[in-house]
Amino acid sequence: MAETTLHRELGLNDSEYARIQSIMGREPTLTELGMFSVMWSEHCGYKYSRPILSLFRRYREAQEKGALENAGITPLDNQFGIVMKMESHNHPSAVEPYQGAATGVGGILRDIFTMGARPIANLNSLRFGPLDDAHNRYLFERVVAGIGDYGNCVGVPTVAGEIYFHRCYSGNPLVNAMAVGLVPLSHIASAKAEGIGNLVLYVGSSTGKDGIQGASFASVEIGPDSESKRPNVQMGDPFMEKLLIEATLEALATGAITGIQDMGAAGLTCSTCETAAKACTGMVIDIQKVPRREANMTPFEVMLSESQERMLCIVQKGEEDKVSRVFTKWGLQAAIIGKVTGDGFIRVMDGDQEAACIPARALTDQCPTYHLDAAQPAYLSELTSLDPLNYSEPDSYEDVLLRLLNQPSIADKSWVTQQYDSMVQTQSAYLPGADAAVLRIHGTKRGIALKVDGNARYCFLDPYVGAQVAVAEAARNVVCVGARPAAVTDCLNFANPEKTETFWQFQRAVEGIAAACDVLETPVISGNVSFYNETQEFGPIYPTPTIGMLGILDDIHNRCDARFCQEGNPILLLRSDSDPTGGLGGSEYLAVVHEIEAGRPPAIDLAAEKRLHQLLLTLIQQKLLVSAHDCSDGGLAVCLAEKAMLGRIGASILLRSIDFDNLPPSAIFFGETQSRIVVSVRSESYIKMLEQIADQYQVKAQWIGTVGGGRLRLSLDGKEIVNLPLETMERRWRTAIPNWMDGAETQSVLKAV
Amino acid sequence: MKVGVIVFPGSNCDQDAYHAFRDNLKQPVELIWHQETDLKGVDLVVLPGGFSYGDYLRTGAIARFAPIMRSVEKFARSGKLVLGICNGFQVLCEAGLLPGALVRNAGLKFVCRYVNLRVENAETALTAHCRVGQVLRIPIAHGDGCYVCDEESYEQLSRNRQVLFRYGEADGRITLDSNPNGSMDNIAGIANERFNVFGMMPHPERATEKLLGSADGRLLLSSLIESVINGARTGA
Repeated sequence: MAETTLHRELGLNDSEYARIQSIMGREPTLTELGMFSVMWSEHCGYKYSRPILSLFRRYREAQEKGALENAGITPLDNQFGIVMKMESHNHPSAVEPYQGAATGVGGILRDIFTMGARPIANLNSLRFGPLDDAHNRYLFERVVAGIGDYGNCVGVPTVAGEIYFHRCYSGNPLVNAMAVGLVPLSHIASAKAEGIGNLVLYVGSSTGKDGIQGASFASVEIGPDSESKRPNVQMGDPFMEKLLIEATLEALATGAITGIQDMGAAGLTCSTCETAAKACTGMVIDIQKVPRREANMTPFEVMLSESQERMLCIVQKGEEDKVSRVFTKWGLQAAIIGKVTGDGFIRVMDGDQEAACIPARALTDQCPTYHLDAAQPAYLSELTSLDPLNYSEPDSYEDVLLRLLNQPSIADKSWVTQQYDSMVQTQSAYLPGADAAVLRIHGTKRGIALKVDGNARYCFLDPYVGAQVAVAEAARNVVCVGARPAAVTDCLNFANPEKTETFWQFQRAVEGIAAACDVLETPVISGNVSFYNETQEFGPIYPTPTIGMLGILDDIHNRCDARFCQEGNPILLLRSDSDPTGGLGGSEYLAVVHEIEAGRPPAIDLAAEKRLHQLLLTLIQQKLLVSAHDCSDGGLAVCLAEKAMLGRIGASILLRSIDFDNLPPSAIFFGETQSRIVVSVRSESYIKMLEQIADQYQVKAQWIGTVGGGRLRLSLDGKEIVNLPLETMERRWRTAIPNWMDGAETQSVLKAV
Repeated sequence: MKVGVIVFPGSNCDQDAYHAFRDNLKQPVELIWHQETDLKGVDLVVLPGGFSYGDYLRTGAIARFAPIMRSVEKFARSGKLVLGICNGFQVLCEAGLLPGALVRNAGLKFVCRYVNLRVENAETALTAHCRVGQVLRIPIAHGDGCYVCDEESYEQLSRNRQVLFRYGEADGRITLDSNPNGSMDNIAGIANERFNVFGMMPHPERATEKLLGSADGRLLLSSLIESVINGARTGA
């Protein structure tokens, strides 16, 4: 029987414990209490976030219908669907970066092939503290290695991502892994334990004592004792995962599997109760039959282990040999551990002894829901009242541009992306470094574009606007390669939601995402929430919602590159922008040059943004553009520099301040005003045409210069303020990260516990 | 003419090789499971890239004991054509069908990117469609691609012109900087003494269509196909 304080040690509060006693009508056993503690953690039960997430229409509808699946699906055509999801592995990566990141990739891949989809792409969104700190470099290096080693071995290309560095992530890095899969619409698998008498088949790795209660660990802040949680971090085996992918897809093809769920957070507990609850059935399993890595494991440990690379299949009775044979062929163990029952209970037997007997729905649907209080943070009014135009202009704009290109958050990420196999499966038409990855879908002429995006500084200053910008920018990125934005998955990283200010940030960000997704017609089809991202030393992280965007190209041949290509090509700025402060609020410029993170983030008009997207897609479909790249971090100047460096050809830009509300040069060149895309066209004769078409979309197409030469030259009102050789820019841009990582001592600097 | 692609547990470029031969080079191709012993009458065996058996002991070290490998060895000894790509190259070295070994990249990190390969010998079944000195743009993706061998083998490789490709600059110059993994003398691919067994770290199957960035790999795969068709199995 449970001790009176034991539930608190397991992360349950007194009223939750009372609720459990009332559901059970008795004292829960230790195993039962453990099962409740993980299922009722925020990580599995979404007890704090659920009311807010209902703002996402698809989520609300799925929840009402009891149809929440492991990942969301968007149709590609009438034959195939794209499955995608993003998930955080922040806490494990903070204490064991290599395994934490690797198992993040493994876990999200299982969510994809559990749906019957073949995983075709990995993406990730990463945040670390500044690289001048050795511990941050250690975390960065090992997270990248963990993602690479896992993805490379399973043979799923890592095609795109984003990486930011900021002191708020010191000690609490963010590791958000996203996976994408392709499924025939007629073969979508479901996580339902249907059919009384059907068998419960355990597949994959043995169960060990690793990762016990990982879900609960992810639901508290990182503290000085977090290092002692290293045993809570799971160990990944990508080879096993590769076998599991092939065997699972082959086994599903037999038609004998009626339901399937991976064992991720909360392991056997979660996969048994969720599949049973969804089908309104029950399940009895015998943990003696569970393949184990070590002797003397208690029922508590078996039920709560988060050992990786395991799946739970519900197999039609009588067909078990057919299914087992497939797994055996791939060298995997498959053990029948129980059967589906009709009584609605999850019964866990330890041989003859009953270790737990809980109504399945008590663990899932009856998880308490909290409506937390939200209050606008005190810091906001002061920070946002600051006028970013009140600061002095820099002495040298060239120096500013070079400093921005040298910021690790803006700099070239090849040091990272070259460690990932981005080409396996031979579908990658655009590799990392493009505005968005473009993958062809084998056997069709269609393609998909994928991108992850987020700007935490904007969200810190205004989570509603910041979240909208994240959606808009991710959509703009897929539009720039020629894809129609189709769906969103998100990963919502926040600090402790039990603090009113954090919860306000969370609520406003979700409202922002929901509003933007409504206007841009990109439903949120899946996602994940990660709370408690804060440390005693560095405090709470900035609110960091990250957006994974799927775009669809009906014909992959109509796609567009970011780089300048040809001498003499005219350059145009397409803009449907409106920002009186020139987008300097919360900009990288303000942070780097004036060391200030304040002001209002760039304004965004979603309807205007949408018109810009429609215009760009029209232009690309009509093959009128040579290149397209959006303005984001670092503003117009960085956008132009990137286009020049990628194409290894310069450009001369001539601007008039009158076209930019007479803003100062800093705002014109480095302001992060939204809804802007720089394009190049083949010749002068296209300019007029572009202007006319843009006019139909109420977008301004403004000629700003010409491609050519070996330098980037920026002039304002006839005065040249930047004239830099490409090599000079490129050196700063390409060496920023390698200089920190290869030049510095990056070996383990684990702090003493 | 039929191509056989061997599938080990952990192979992950088997489908890519299959796709390249079937859809881009329009050749009959078959996947062959590692536990089989019959090569099903194929004329060309491809050992694909990936992480056979997780590469847990040493790259390629376990795969060489797979049942199908005995048949592959026999096939090679009879003078028929075998191409090992990336992990397949590692397996061929472990199996003793090619000299030398592939060890951890000098930079200790996995590297995935396009490289420039200079063709060193164009009189082989793999390179017949190329010119000596021609530069091919083909991607690499490996953590253990640093080719090494003992002095005697190196001497023999050089003397017999068994080195087929070296990493170089876009203009064909062989430089230290252009070597992505620290391999001996920038070696990227070799042949055995009889010129019927080939191993290379770069992935020609990933470079068989413009859509993906390069079609230079077609030159190599089409050379092999033509060699089979012409029955010309030795070069040099």
